[in-house]
Amino acid sequence: MYLSTVSRPAADAPAAGRPRRRLAGVGGTVLALGTVSLITDVSAEMVTAVLPLYLVLGLNLSPLAFGVLDGVYTGATAVLRVVGGFVADRFRRRKLVAGTGYALSAVAKLGLLLAGRSVPAIGAVIAADRLGKGIRTAPRDALITLATPPDALGRAFGVHRAMDGVGAFLGPLVALAVLSAVGPNYDAVFVASFCVAALAVVVLVLFVRERPAPAGPAPGTHDRRVTVREAASLLRDRATRRLVLAAALLGLATIGDGFVYLLLQRREDVGLRWFPLLAVGTSLTYLLLAGPLGALADRVGRLPVVVGGYAALGGTYLLLAGPLHGWPLLVLTLALYGLFYAATDGVLIALAGPVLPARVRTTGIALVQTGQALAYLVSSVLFGLAWQVWGPRAASGVAALAVVAALLVSVFLLGPMHRRSPR
Amino acid sequence: MMSTRAKLAILTASVVALGALAAGYAVVSARRTPAPAAAAADRAVTLRPGPRLLAVTDRHASTAALADPAGPRAVSDRECLRVYAAAGTGVCLAPSSPWSYQVVVLDAELRPTRRLDVPGLPNRARVSASGRMVSWTTFVGGDSYAGGGFSTRTGFLDTRTGTTVTTLEQFAVRRDGRPYRSADVNFWGVTFARDDNVFYATMSTAGTRWLVRGDAAGRIVETVRANVECPSLSPDGTRIAFKEAVDADPGKGWRLSVLDLRTMRVTATAERASVDDQAAWLDDVTLAYTLRSDDGRPDIWSVPADGSGASRLLLPGAESPSPLT
Repeated sequence: MYLSTVSRPAADAPAAGRPRRRLAGVGGTVLALGTVSLITDVSAEMVTAVLPLYLVLGLNLSPLAFGVLDGVYTGATAVLRVVGGFVADRFRRRKLVAGTGYALSAVAKLGLLLAGRSVPAIGAVIAADRLGKGIRTAPRDALITLATPPDALGRAFGVHRAMDGVGAFLGPLVALAVLSAVGPNYDAVFVASFCVAALAVVVLVLFVRERPAPAGPAPGTHDRRVTVREAASLLRDRATRRLVLAAALLGLATIGDGFVYLLLQRREDVGLRWFPLLAVGTSLTYLLLAGPLGALADRVGRLPVVVGGYAALGGTYLLLAGPLHGWPLLVLTLALYGLFYAATDGVLIALAGPVLPARVRTTGIALVQTGQALAYLVSSVLFGLAWQVWGPRAASGVAALAVVAALLVSVFLLGPMHRRSPR
Repeated sequence: MMSTRAKLAILTASVVALGALAAGYAVVSARRTPAPAAAAADRAVTLRPGPRLLAVTDRHASTAALADPAGPRAVSDRECLRVYAAAGTGVCLAPSSPWSYQVVVLDAELRPTRRLDVPGLPNRARVSASGRMVSWTTFVGGDSYAGGGFSTRTGFLDTRTGTTVTTLEQFAVRRDGRPYRSADVNFWGVTFARDDNVFYATMSTAGTRWLVRGDAAGRIVETVRANVECPSLSPDGTRIAFKEAVDADPGKGWRLSVLDLRTMRVTATAERASVDDQAAWLDDVTLAYTLRSDDGRPDIWSVPADGSGASRLLLPGAESPSPLT
């Protein structure tokens, strides 16, 4: 059976009569959330761009001590993300929980001013910032799924992620503009970043509307609050289990950007000065393709687009292991890698959203994202080991094989479930 | 339900208020920027050998008499974040734009003879005793998706042949006598021996920071001892001053210590404060290094290398010490 037929359920037929109207665009809530993400990413990337300068040249700290803490934070935020998702579902206050996350990250920018040269304090501030990002992601994505008809979810997530990408692209430029204007006063960048983040919270409060949740499983029961038991029952739900498993498997096949750029840089001896441009190339591809690929996912089905995205990831790893070199290698790799992000990041949630029961959808999305995040952690350690044992090129080849294996199992897991998903 | 008009009014007010806050703070902080170091002394800064201490004062190369460090200081208009010199050759890690840096090799009159673009942010710089080998370390930030992670890039230049190694990560590694490779290998803090071929450096991998002994021509390094960072070889080549992480945990700070290469015995110096610097040998018995106050302001201190005596303030308001030998 073709994959496209797998993901084209019979329910598609009635919808076929009204596809043109959907092309017009996405809902106001999605645009508002996209704007919030855009502004927030400007704020976040301003700090990301300047933090190394601040730590090394402003405070004269040895930044190597920070890397050690990274894994611990990732683990902690993963757990809290699920807790945040559950709170959002239980009180049906997804906007409030998302807003809390955005506000926490905003305040963290000011915390950098107060932390001074204390390494634990700086670590705590960075942790608070990550925590804010962790708890807001699932409620925000749940809001998008609740505000969008299921058959337009791909486009909605595509538009949202593209706006997000534009913000990430602009952030470093804004930071450089501030530094050019005021000289090496990094605190001015942090204050500006806080102001930008606060504006995003204002936009969220004013313009994002949270619709009342659709009716629960049975009339009369949907007023009941979501209990821990109900949220936990998600893990007994076959469809959810398959989703989380597939997300984690696909996460396991992802070795992490740091390794991809490092491999490219070693293969091509990219002037080390230009190293940061590798990430710029990827994010440019990502923000250009996220919208179109989301819309494509609504037409041909989300699973084929996700499959295509992971095929692009496998292609990326093959290129890193293969004989191609020079500019063709650089351009192709960054294009495929950006394509991978554009085809999977939002589309996977668009695929998952309608399958998860509306009452516990935020928890479900948080589970999927957490499974993926924890799997990244494991895969980067495994890839580091493979590099050590087999060398970088062979390790990339193995990573490509791992993508193929994870993809086959995921298609097996998601295929039948996706057939049931409403369109 | 609030009307759209009211929402837009609140939004506009927020933009104005937050914009004013950001701009106001920027103006205040820009005014706080110290003026570029005034050419206080009319004496020129040179790198010719003599009893003077080369250092960075307010981001500029400067010299002071070792006999009277508190006396008048000559500050050049050459901007450097790190500086070092030997035998009339200098190295200066200098900004080439507001966000990028380069290694500048200087002659005795502080004139650039060579420039090399390097990635990341200046960290360490050294010149071998003969003035032939120039080495440097920079910090490279993790990219935005990966988040948080930092790594180092360490390279060197042979000023006689022009051979440049942009990163020591190209070298073969032997750990405990066996070939070793890993993606997480990082190097920092090079110090060259008299023969301008053997060098020592720090190599970090799998959570351990090693002292490695390198062969520049053979392009290989091998581990010597664990928990040694930022080595600095004594002028007589018998000892290495280094920073030793307390309980082998850099999070607890570093103790400035000296390793005797013949006995492999380590002696802690009398300096009790945490030293995060590659120390410089003023002579065969004295070390100089930078300490920072809580706001990041640097001072140069010195301490006997044999663990005796006490540390003393050598040059206030300066960093990156280098004797002019």
